[in-house]
Amino acid sequence: MEKELRSPVSQRPLIVKDGKSKTGIGATVSIELNGEKMQVQLGKTILEICKENKIHIPTLCYHEDLCIAGNCRMCLVEVEGMRTLQASCAFPVTSPVKIKTFSDKVRKARKHIVDLMLSEHYGECYSCVRNNNCELQTLAKEYGVDSYEFGHICEPRFEIDSSSHAVVRDMDKCILCRRCVRTCIDLQEVGVLEAINRGYDTKISTFMDKPLADVICINCGQCINRCPTGALHANDPSDEIWKAIEDPKKHVVLQTAPSPRAAIGEEFGLPAGISMTGQLNTAIKRMGFDRVFDTNFTADLTIMEEGTELLSRLRKAIVDKDSSVMLPQFTSCSPGWVKFIEHFYPEYLDYLSTAKSPQQMFGSVIKTFYAKEEGIDPKDIVTVALMPCAAKKFECNRPEMDSSGFKDVDYGLTTREMAKMIREAGLRLPELPKTNFDEPFGDASGAGLIFGATGGVMEAALRTVYELVTGRPVPFKNLNIDVCRGMKGIKEASVKLENCKEEFGFLEGVELKFIVAHGTANAKHVMEMLIKGELAGYHFVEIMACPGGCIGGGGQPIPTSELIRKLRVKAIYEEEASMPVRKSHENPRIKYIYEKFLTDGPGGKLSHKLLHTKYLKRGKYIN
Amino acid sequence: MNDSEKNIRNEFIQTLVQRFGKERTALLPVLQEIQKKFFYIDEHSQQEVARLLNIHPVEVNSVISFYAFLYDKPRGRNTVRVCKNIICNYHGSLEIAKALSTELGIGFNETTKDGKVTLEYANCFGMCDKSPSILVNDQIHERVNKESVLNLIRDLK
Repeated sequence: MEKELRSPVSQRPLIVKDGKSKTGIGATVSIELNGEKMQVQLGKTILEICKENKIHIPTLCYHEDLCIAGNCRMCLVEVEGMRTLQASCAFPVTSPVKIKTFSDKVRKARKHIVDLMLSEHYGECYSCVRNNNCELQTLAKEYGVDSYEFGHICEPRFEIDSSSHAVVRDMDKCILCRRCVRTCIDLQEVGVLEAINRGYDTKISTFMDKPLADVICINCGQCINRCPTGALHANDPSDEIWKAIEDPKKHVVLQTAPSPRAAIGEEFGLPAGISMTGQLNTAIKRMGFDRVFDTNFTADLTIMEEGTELLSRLRKAIVDKDSSVMLPQFTSCSPGWVKFIEHFYPEYLDYLSTAKSPQQMFGSVIKTFYAKEEGIDPKDIVTVALMPCAAKKFECNRPEMDSSGFKDVDYGLTTREMAKMIREAGLRLPELPKTNFDEPFGDASGAGLIFGATGGVMEAALRTVYELVTGRPVPFKNLNIDVCRGMKGIKEASVKLENCKEEFGFLEGVELKFIVAHGTANAKHVMEMLIKGELAGYHFVEIMACPGGCIGGGGQPIPTSELIRKLRVKAIYEEEASMPVRKSHENPRIKYIYEKFLTDGPGGKLSHKLLHTKYLKRGKYIN
Repeated sequence: MNDSEKNIRNEFIQTLVQRFGKERTALLPVLQEIQKKFFYIDEHSQQEVARLLNIHPVEVNSVISFYAFLYDKPRGRNTVRVCKNIICNYHGSLEIAKALSTELGIGFNETTKDGKVTLEYANCFGMCDKSPSILVNDQIHERVNKESVLNLIRDLK
């Protein structure tokens, strides 16, 4: 089940599998690193060895999540006996070598490389979104660049592509490290970006150099998270949001997703994995937003709708023997994944749950139910969604997302942009006092919170579905369904339904089988399984477009790595464990909204109008 | 491009893939054959090749843009390439270039209105000992002069 190695064939010999013995003959090599003798494992790259020995090697094209490219040459080191300097990221140690990591030759070469990159790097740092968080800038500082030795380009060579709602491409800042290419092709397997032309004319481009909005980009924003410079960044709506806040006629409502609170601290210098829920609420209120709500509330609503949909699909399939019912049911919370399936597997769209994502559900609830309760004209309400996600910007601009009669969600704001707005407002997030979310959507369950991590939707759905069917809580210790958790690409498990309630008698003895996948490369794998018929007998599939789930989303603080994502996930699970309500259906606000507003219950007529959507068969052909 | 044109290309690409296989290494020969038959590799064909070889269209586009002799824009049925290397230059390639340009009524990197010829410069053909040389489609012509190149052009269809 574990995914196959996807690195290019030419690079596979570089990866030496761990042997059984770490000390036996042939398992280690003795080397000399900066004059210090040591034993290292055969096949480790010089870069890895240096990292273990706390020697900092500068890198640009190297990224933990991606395959080795070796094209930026920043990580050059001197290996005795070699005519030229060697790229340490692509040099596996297989023989006793003597390595110097900071000799005169190395330092000079690295400085020249930075200088050469800067000579074609248009723009100034202070007018760049990545100022102070730019790897090129850091290197220029590390290697003491105080003048442009090889000149500096003063005219832009490219036009900025801001056609996409999510990702802006500014190729003048590109240093051609190809991290975005490897992210798009290898990590996400979407295949939008590639290097075109040759030599000096090389640039990163889309198919036939079309605007990003016209190609098969799924807006996941993973390329943004891995870009070392400001060449890729998200489409920032913060100016318009400030304008709405300052307009006294507008009632500006912000909903915050579970993931930004677990990561926004990183933008303020805190280590990864510290949850900032209360402080973030204070900041948002002080900035002038009229209300701050928790998207977890509509995450709970999503669970109610999606869970009900799953049960009705199961009933149709088992009781009515309806062969047109599509099982397994796929989740639809991740807009990147939705666009991915629309492009690459349009004929399988019926498998997707019709439930909207929590963001869009909140938009339509705010502009209908909330507007009515508070007596505000929905046309004066501006809904902003704080999301860890670049694709949410695209999602809220989908033309069909107007079931409230207005644009359901006006702006999608990423964690990074929120951090920028907080800084603009002169607030220092970690020092703020904690406050709660506003009523009437202040309460959310822990089940909604864990939506942020891969497997979270599945875990939340199981807690509710199992209890709806059997009347008992899920048979897992402390409600923690550990099989859903963790960073494995594709996770599968099952729960047996026994002693069901009368109305769900048809499910008696059914083994509820489910799959959790994150990252669209894994999603592709699951889809291939579906096409081959290997998913017969499965009932529910959770897919998140970004590696690690929403906490690794394209709008989250930069940098990202597996360790950072794990720490953010840990913060979410820790916060969840201490929540009073941990099941979506027990959230008092959910009960309230079904009593007061969505009176025909989950999956009812009004729910279908406001909380469900339809999808577009886009296909992957670009015209 | 209408559907019937697309179908012609699809069928042709299908036969090529049967001939060269579905490995990534089949990409270049497939593209060369398409180019030979249709003179350039259009967007639709690029995507069809990508589909059959199970790679991304942008990768096909990247390969085409990398090689100077593969094109993704429409061009003439014949290509005449004049060497712009210094040796050929010394032996009069500039004059030949001028003569070709005047005869065809087009500049370099342009195509005649009837779609017969595209005129281009190319870097060294490795024929410096027999310079000046020009390349007409796949055929190299050595020690050419103004008269001989004009005769060559007239014979083109």
